[in-house]
Amino acid sequence: MANQYAIDVQNISKRYGKQVLALDEISLHVHSGELFGLIGPDGAGKTTLIRILATLLLADSGQASVNGWDVRKDYKKIRSNVGYMPGRFSLYQDLSVEENLHFFATIFGTTIEENYELIREIYVQLEPFRTRKAGQLSGGMKQKLALCCALIHKPLVLFLDEPTTGVDAVSRQEFWEMLQRLRQKGITILVSTPYMDEASLCERVALIQKGRIMSIDTPANIVAGFDKPLLAVRTDNMYRLINDLRQFESTHSAYPFGDYAHLALNGPIWPEAVHAFLADKKHTGIEIKPAKATIEDSFMELMTKS
Amino acid sequence: MLPAITADKLTKRFGDFTAVNQISFEVKKGEIFGFLGANGAGKTTAIRMLNGLSRPTSGQATVAGFDVYRNTEKIKRRIGYMSQKFSLYEDLTVRENIQFYGGIYGLPLKDIRHQMKQLLANLGMESYARTLVKSLPLGWRQKLAFSIAIMHRPEIVFLDEPTGGVDPITRRQFWEMIYKEANEGMTIFVTTHYMDEAEYCGRVSIMVDGRIAALDTPKALKEQFHADSMNDVFLNLTRPGRQHA
Amino acid sequence: MKQLLIFIRKETYHIFRDKRTLLILLGMPMVQVLIFGFAITNEITNARIAILDQSKGEMSQDIIQRLVASSYFEIDENLRAVSDIERHFRQGKTKMVVVFPPQLQENLLRSVPTQIQLVADATDPNTATTLINYASAIIGRYLQEQNQGNAPPLEISTDVKMLYNPRLKSVYMFVPGVITIILMLMSAMMTSIAITREKELGTMEVLLVSPLRPSTIVVGKVIPYILLALAMAAIVLLLGAFVFGMPIRGSLLLLMVECVLFVITSLSLGILISTRTETQQVAMLISLMALMLPTILLSGFIFPIESMPKVLQVISNIIPAKWFIIIIKNVMLRGTGFNFIWKETLILLGMALFFIGASIRNFKIRLA
Repeated sequence: MANQYAIDVQNISKRYGKQVLALDEISLHVHSGELFGLIGPDGAGKTTLIRILATLLLADSGQASVNGWDVRKDYKKIRSNVGYMPGRFSLYQDLSVEENLHFFATIFGTTIEENYELIREIYVQLEPFRTRKAGQLSGGMKQKLALCCALIHKPLVLFLDEPTTGVDAVSRQEFWEMLQRLRQKGITILVSTPYMDEASLCERVALIQKGRIMSIDTPANIVAGFDKPLLAVRTDNMYRLINDLRQFESTHSAYPFGDYAHLALNGPIWPEAVHAFLADKKHTGIEIKPAKATIEDSFMELMTKS
Repeated sequence: MLPAITADKLTKRFGDFTAVNQISFEVKKGEIFGFLGANGAGKTTAIRMLNGLSRPTSGQATVAGFDVYRNTEKIKRRIGYMSQKFSLYEDLTVRENIQFYGGIYGLPLKDIRHQMKQLLANLGMESYARTLVKSLPLGWRQKLAFSIAIMHRPEIVFLDEPTGGVDPITRRQFWEMIYKEANEGMTIFVTTHYMDEAEYCGRVSIMVDGRIAALDTPKALKEQFHADSMNDVFLNLTRPGRQHA
Repeated sequence: MKQLLIFIRKETYHIFRDKRTLLILLGMPMVQVLIFGFAITNEITNARIAILDQSKGEMSQDIIQRLVASSYFEIDENLRAVSDIERHFRQGKTKMVVVFPPQLQENLLRSVPTQIQLVADATDPNTATTLINYASAIIGRYLQEQNQGNAPPLEISTDVKMLYNPRLKSVYMFVPGVITIILMLMSAMMTSIAITREKELGTMEVLLVSPLRPSTIVVGKVIPYILLALAMAAIVLLLGAFVFGMPIRGSLLLLMVECVLFVITSLSLGILISTRTETQQVAMLISLMALMLPTILLSGFIFPIESMPKVLQVISNIIPAKWFIIIIKNVMLRGTGFNFIWKETLILLGMALFFIGASIRNFKIRLA
């Protein structure tokens, strides 16, 4: 089968029991060498999709292939050629860093030495703790070790299921820097995350919610698709501000964003009108400036539309 | 007005390891206080000491005016607690969870019944009273857990990563609930990994290696570190010289 | 092959790094054997009895002495009147009262039929029967000896000779049974937990998404535990031999080989259980409930299979423990060689292969 896509998903559906529709006719494709993000909250279906692609689950309907191999028929081929890092830390806690890596290298029929180049940058940070038990590593270090183990057989495609969940901002940043370097080495990466701000670090993303893909595009295009005028507003009382802004007649939506509120308007309007409205509501310390939409603005906009 | 929480050189050691190293701060009544830090910086240990679950090695602290060494039982009656990992019993229904938590705080049956009505109405969940918690969407669960954690009207509520994995709209609805309670005088003590949420807080402390490395309003912190966002402040503080294991 | 070796090595690390579990695994068989050994014995030693001696003669004194000398009995009290008997039993002090009639000696010498009465507390019928049997045997033997000097009265004496277990020591019965049960339960539990633990920790997910074959995983899980289970078997055998005086008449090597076979059967049964369960808790419960009862009840350990209803007799054939008990009894007590137990061995081998095959077939190559 001639297929230029590293990952090709066509109309995949998956149901758990009678009630839960985890994936509803999902279609997407990932180019070879692309860093692709699945962005969505818990329960959106990210894990289910990754598990189907990693051949751990069978879809109820639809077709999917990884590197041209069918996820149902050619699962053995896929298993030998992809790396997978599940959402939970899934290494042996009672084995040392070295023992874990050696174990995974061997079951994939390779050695650490053979593919050391690929993991070298990550592994040097782990090296000082070679003999430490994996269970005694910090959260960030565990992630790095898990990534090393998923990479040790030089996979063509890497599946990462929420690698940065519960990890602090510094470790998250470092982790993304590692992914960027892996991408430069030509590995296709499919990564899922509930953190919207991480979307901008991917080449293309799929925004996914309740088993449906709301949008697939580059982060820049998704943000550009936010067509409402957007203002960043702050006053001294955020709680009242949000409530009052929602009373404002031209308001499309008002959500807190950091120390500002993002006010999306139904049509172009002078910021002075908003200022006057808030002053009228006895707000103090009013500050209004135009804002650029973020992925999160787009995500919420798409959520309310669907 | 008495501060809701005071800590003065509060320290906890485990053997040779100093998890919390002489931290001092005050949280005002009705304040939303963000408690940030890298994994393993000592946040959890500090919260446990304030909750009365762990006895400090040295230093002083009061919560709701009570001493954390001598009055842990009084403290426990005046605080609420909710974490992302555990908050509700998934195999009980919404109603049963409310009854259970009302019961352990000794609320009279009549109050529980009244509060249950109120609480479900506020969340728009009246028709889900007999639904098992595990079949609710995560966002609903977290909002419900928060409502239950403050059902006994605690003076201070501790929230440990309350919004992990929740969709952006529900996350904001959650924060609006927090604002509402803070507006009515409840003190909120919250940890989070979402740096934009740090900016929702009145003041933020950032722990690094057991110490409080910075404590101020998000705005002042950003100015101090010449950063555009709390994310940059956080990276600035925690990246150099952080422990690597 | 290299994959299998590394898998076994990893599994061995798990075993040896979890010191507490290892200690429990090795300590448990000891405790179990000792508890089984001392508590579930049918033998009676130093049972407390009372005597109501109305004859006060030489003969009754002789008999009392014999009873005490047997070490089965211990005199608790000498009663004065028949009315004391009831009171005495009510106090629950003794299990049996021996009543010697007046003129015991005179009647016996004149060959007037006379009776020594044995009154037992039958709230525990097994003990009561055993006590009565022991006592009447001792008294009977005494009377026989007394008669030898005189013209022997017409009597039929039975002479029962117990083969292989001359003193009818129940320890010979239960040591093989206990070995069997311990090996069965511990082995099945160990592997079923070892696999479900990986499911719970999420490491199974990673193993599945690797080129590892189910057979490698199953075999890799079984092999390291064989050694551990053999260590258990050795402990139990040593305890049986040194604490309870159990003989090992046959070849030790043959015994160990048979143990290995049985252990493999049980380990693979454990794996079969784990292919159908998701949590360690459930795996442990199933290993305990589903294996313990049939093994204890239908293996011939406690209840003789011959006296079971036909249906149960047929069912007992699928209990691996039944065949293993036959094998080790033969090797340990009769000292027979392989040519006498090849049939049972073959059956066990068949079962082991079947369970391993079923485990590999049932091994889910995907989640859920």
